[in-house]
Parts: sequence; C-alpha cells; structure tokens
Amino acid sequence: MPEIRNYTLNFGPAHPAAHGVLRLVLEMDGEVIQRADPHVGLLHRATEKLAESKPYNQSIGYMDRLDYVSMMCNEHSYVLAMEKLLGVECPERAQYIRVMFAEITRILNHLLWIGAHALDVGAMTMFLYAFREREDLMDAYEAVSGARLHATYFRPGGVARDLPDTMPQYETSKWHNKREVSRLNENRQGSLLDFLEDFTNRFPKYIDEYETLLSDNRIWKQRTVDIGIVTPERAMALGFTGPMLRGSGVEWDLRKKQPYEVYDRMDFDIPVGTNGDCYDRYLIRIEEFRQSNRIIKQCIKWLRENDGPVILQDHKVSPPSREGMKADMESLIHHFKLFTEGFCLPKGEAYAATEHPKGEFGIYLVSDGANKPYRMKIRPPSFVHISAMDEMTRGHMLADVVAIIGTQDIVFGDVDR
Amino acid sequence: MMIEFIPDWLIVFWNWFPVDIQTVLIILGKIVLILLPLLLSVAYVTYAERKVIGAMQVRIGPNRVGFFGFRLWGLGQPIADTLKLMMKEVVLPTKANKFLFLTAPVLSIAPALAAWAVIPFDRGMALTEINAGLLYVLALTSIGVYGVIIAGWASNSKYAMLSALRAGAQIVAYEIAMGFALVGVLMASGSLNLGDIVEAQAGGFENWFAWPLLPLFFVYFISGVAETNRAPFDVAEGESEIVAGFHVEYSGMAFAIFFLAEYANIILISALTSLMFLGGWLSPFENAAFAQGTFLAETSLLWFVGKISFFIFVFFWLRATFPRYRYDQIMRLGWKVFIPVTIVWLVVEAVMFVAKVGPWAV
Repeated sequence: MPEIRNYTLNFGPAHPAAHGVLRLVLEMDGEVIQRADPHVGLLHRATEKLAESKPYNQSIGYMDRLDYVSMMCNEHSYVLAMEKLLGVECPERAQYIRVMFAEITRILNHLLWIGAHALDVGAMTMFLYAFREREDLMDAYEAVSGARLHATYFRPGGVARDLPDTMPQYETSKWHNKREVSRLNENRQGSLLDFLEDFTNRFPKYIDEYETLLSDNRIWKQRTVDIGIVTPERAMALGFTGPMLRGSGVEWDLRKKQPYEVYDRMDFDIPVGTNGDCYDRYLIRIEEFRQSNRIIKQCIKWLRENDGPVILQDHKVSPPSREGMKADMESLIHHFKLFTEGFCLPKGEAYAATEHPKGEFGIYLVSDGANKPYRMKIRPPSFVHISAMDEMTRGHMLADVVAIIGTQDIVFGDVDR
Repeated sequence: MMIEFIPDWLIVFWNWFPVDIQTVLIILGKIVLILLPLLLSVAYVTYAERKVIGAMQVRIGPNRVGFFGFRLWGLGQPIADTLKLMMKEVVLPTKANKFLFLTAPVLSIAPALAAWAVIPFDRGMALTEINAGLLYVLALTSIGVYGVIIAGWASNSKYAMLSALRAGAQIVAYEIAMGFALVGVLMASGSLNLGDIVEAQAGGFENWFAWPLLPLFFVYFISGVAETNRAPFDVAEGESEIVAGFHVEYSGMAFAIFFLAEYANIILISALTSLMFLGGWLSPFENAAFAQGTFLAETSLLWFVGKISFFIFVFFWLRATFPRYRYDQIMRLGWKVFIPVTIVWLVVEAVMFVAKVGPWAV
C-alpha cells in the first residue's frame, strides 16, 4: 500500500490573502494544517542599514515605509528615540498634535485591517466601507503634510508645521459637477480641526455599521470564534504586543503602562479579551476604534483652546523659519547645516517604543556622536506576530490560515523592513 | 396566426422539406429561441451583479463602456468583456491533461443549458414538456459538478485539486437536501411535470407552495446557492483561500465558459425556485379584487421574469453581505441541518396530507 504523505502547498507570495508578499509553505493533511512555515524577506529593503548611512533627520521618511498603513506611528517611535538621546521634549502643542495623529493613524490601520480581514474571510463589502472612511483620514494627512501616505510629519523636537486653517477642496471636473462638488466640500469649509471633529462625530455610526455586518453574523462568528487561540502565557512567551496580546487577556498597553507624550492626560480605556481567539481580537480592535475616537476628540478640544509653538526653537535640530532664512545670516547657516549634514546626537544609546496600532513598535538607536546612527534596530510588531504563525495555525483548516493572517494584522513592510 | 404574414415562396420552400427535417428544424429554432436570450441575459446578469453589488458597496460599478460613443450607464461592458475573453489565449498548463482540461468547461456548460429544455416560460411554452421534468432537472444540475471536478483534476494545480475535492463533497451534501425539497413539491402538486406543478398553484399568491412548504422553500433556495458555488458557499472558488479554485489555471474563453455556466445556473435555480414555490408565470393577484380586468390579474411571462429577477437579486445580496463559510461548516450545515429539516417537513406534510388539514383539506 502506498504511503500516505502530507500535501505541501505553497501559499503565496502572490496570493490574494497573503497581505503583500507572505510566502507560507503549508504542510497539510487534506485540509488540515500540519505545519506552517512562513518565509520572510521578500520585501527586505535594509532600512536599518540605510539609516546608518544617512543623517538622522533624513531617515524619518524611511519610517513611513516600514508599516505603510500606520505611517506616523512608525515616525513617532523614531523621533522619540532621537529626542531621548538629545534629552529634549517637544512643546506641549506638538505633543497633542502627535497624539492626535497617532490615534488617527490607529484608526487608519484598523480600518485597513478590518477591511482586509473581512475580505479574507469572504465579506467583501466591508473592505469598501472601510476605505470610504480611510479617505477622510487620508485627507487629514494630506492637509497637514501634503502627502496622503508617507507623511514625514513628525520631526525631532515637534512636528513639521502647525495644523492648517483650511482644508483642500474638491474641484469640479468632467466627473463631478458643481452640485456634487459642493456636497463633497461641505465639511471642508473650516479648519482641519473642524473637519476632524466632523469625522469623529460621524465615525461611531460607521463603527455600528461594521458591527451590524459582522459582530453578530453567524458565519463571521463561526469563522472567528475559537480560531487561533493563544493563551496569555504563550502570548507573552511569544513576545506578542498590542491587540494580539490584549486579545489573550493580558492588560498591556504602552499608552497606559509607560505613558509617553500626553497620553497620561487622556481619558480612554484599553479593551482586553478573554479567549484569545480571532473573534476577541476583532472585538478589541473594534473597541479601539471607539477609544481612539475619544482620544482624538479630547485632543481637538485641547488644540482649539491652546496655541503655541509646534517645534523646538533650537535650530540645531529644527529648521528656522523661511522668513528668518531670508533675513539673517545665522538662520541661513542653520538651514544649510541642517539640510546638508543634519545634526549630531550625543554618544549613547536609547530605546523608544510606542503603542503602534499593531503592537509595540520600538526603535533602538546607538549613537557614537556622529550625525548618523552607529546602529539602528527596529522592533517590529508584525515580525514577532508572524513568527507565531505555525503555532496558531497548526490543526486548523486552510480557510482558518487566512483568518489568522488577517487577525495578526501583518504588513510586510514591517515584517521584512 | 402569423401564417398570412409569411410570403408564399417561403411556405413553398418550407413544404419542400420532408416532415422529419421540418420537426428537427422547428426544434432547432426553439433551441435558438431559448438559448440566445439566455446567453444574452447571462451576459447582462454579470453586469447587473456588478451594478447591484456596486450600489451596496457605495460605489458606481461599470459605467464607462457604452455604444457608439454614448456611455449608457456602462451597458456595453458585458460585450466588451466577452470580446476580450474571446481574444485571449487559452493557456494550457504544462503537465495538464489537455483533453480533460478542455472537456471540463464543456461539461459544466452543457448541463446548465440543457436543463432549460423542460423549463416552461408560460402555459405550454417549453421546448418539451416531459412528465419527469423535475427528475430531469435534478439529474442535470447534478452533472454540472463533473465539470468542476474534472477541471480541478486536469489542471495539475494544488489549489485546483483542493477545490475539486471541496466541490465534490459539497454537491453531494446539498444534492440530497435539494432532492428532499423537491419531494415535498412533488407531494404537494402530485406531479413531476413542471407545467402541472405551476398550475397546481393557481389562484393567487396565497396558493403558492412557498407557504405550506416554507422550510423546503428556504432549504431549496439556499441549497441552490450552494449548488451554484455562490457566496457564502463559494468554497470551491474561495478567492482568498485557494485563489480561484478549479478555474485558477483557465484563461480566455475556457474561463469564460465556466462563468457562463455559473451564471446560467444562477438563472436556472432562480427559475426553478419561482416555478416550484412562487407559481412561475402565474399572477400573484389572480383573484384579488383590485386587479380584476387589468394586466395584473393575467398570467404572463413578465411575472415569471420578475420572480426570476428577484431571486437573482437575492443571489447578489447574499454575496455582498455574508462572509464565506469554511468547508467543514458547509458540510455540517448540509448534513446536520438541511437534510433533517427537509425530512421532518416531509413527515409533517405527509401527516397533513393524510389527515386532510391545512392546504390539503379537500
């Protein structure tokens, strides 16, 4: 009698559910996974090495490209690490702006996650609903930095510029007539804060829409409840962070446990799961939508009432004003020095971590006193989570692998760096 | 009759044929009359699907391709799609079994079209009215899965292979539930002839079989969704799991034929459901006072088309709403829920029939 052998299936790297370039080598007994072997590195761009060859301030843009769905959160860790080495703290208004955009980014990330996760499980409408809301937040990115994805908005010592008083407007075109355009521009008449406030008022209703489609849906529950269970002990042993860890019932959130910026002044809760399955992690991220929305509202309120500088006035690390540059020699020299050789960080090392939408995103910087890092190490949450792929999928079916990839919220820019 | 409009020379020409040839020609003519509108509606069902799902997903759907420089809400899209698919090369994968690879699409489209032979579109308006119509339809819808299984096997692809296994198991499970639902219809109408089944439901919507056979109606339609491999039962296609399943290696017209079969099956299932449970071409207001004397009370093809369209819409609606079942969950639903439900309802129906209660009081 012939020997019964396992079936080896190459899942990816060009697979609709691979979230980029995941290559999984699955060993299957029929439809049941016996072993899942993720092969990473297909999107490796040597960010850590690149950073060693550039002045500190020129690497901020590379951070955007790591986890390309939560751009500003990546920048956040990097600028915090630089500030830690410099021993400075950015102005209060800048801290509020950073917190606000970190939360906007969290919503952006979770919107992509819910869309992709639901699409993987088969509910394709969710994806388009999520992208409808992402559009508004992308516009907020655009208003503040000029770029919709790779913002490079956070700078050492603050943020690149203050919040704008006007929003970009839609213009009439072959496809949109005047009436349509005026409807689209309705909530863009005021400042960015007005626009965001309008969004935060609308957003809870959208979350309810998502929940109507998914939360009590029998098929959705059948596909996620008890899938990919991780016990709290294993979650900690595997190095899980963020919603993956909280889903297993471990109450850990850097925003609460090691508050940075102004998170200690914010009023928000951290949701924690009980079973550690895909459904719990889904509920947690849904609740994080609501909590992030709350934080954004508090930031908007504070930002409306308080004015002030948004970046340190130390021109060794932050550029001088354009007018100043034209008027006095010193500013011109500062500008020239900053944009050619950057700035030097004092000798030493620093680790700064933030509560990235996916988990703990940390930057470890070693400086030898030059204008480039001696070594930079990125601690990406996705890489840690993907390494648990085998443990989470073993014994499940092929369709569950897809649900587990979705629940891990993996982005390959982050895994491969 | 229309005879007087036909020129004499044509009648002479026609009578010149032997009688046997005349019969064959008439049948061929009828087949063309059924297939052409069918294939055209298959093309436009794909368009309708994209438009309906587009509306449900807050987007527009196809609206660019039109005719003669007019955009016409994108109505030219299906034509353009067909043209594109016809121009494309049918790629034969190396190590694929070429004969089976090319036979599979034919095997899947043939039953989907052949089943239309017994579908009556109006009173007596069918290619053929055979007394075992229901059995014929049941047999042909079951054959369709051979196309899927053979395509999956012949492609020499692991994804396609998995899909073939899934499709085979799924069809077996749902075929039984479907068969039992049909037994219910058979008991209620006392006939296997589709025309007679419809006539048994005459007398307005309160006489439709959908009411006394409500569980069977739902089971039949949902099994129909499963049988056509449509969301949420599209595990055989499983876009995000096994990429496209059995037709992952197909391209060009070979691929298009699978799609043609899928949509022809959607229309077929919708037609059968409306024939057996919603009174087919009968008007829902046959005896309603307000409709007397107007077209609303008359039986017509339009009612049939309307009912089919409704079910097709439900197909799209399901697709836009639900996540996909997992393979084993589909099996569970089929074997452990649908089959018991149908059997229990058959017993209930039989008891009602013998005790002469409910709709079988007379």
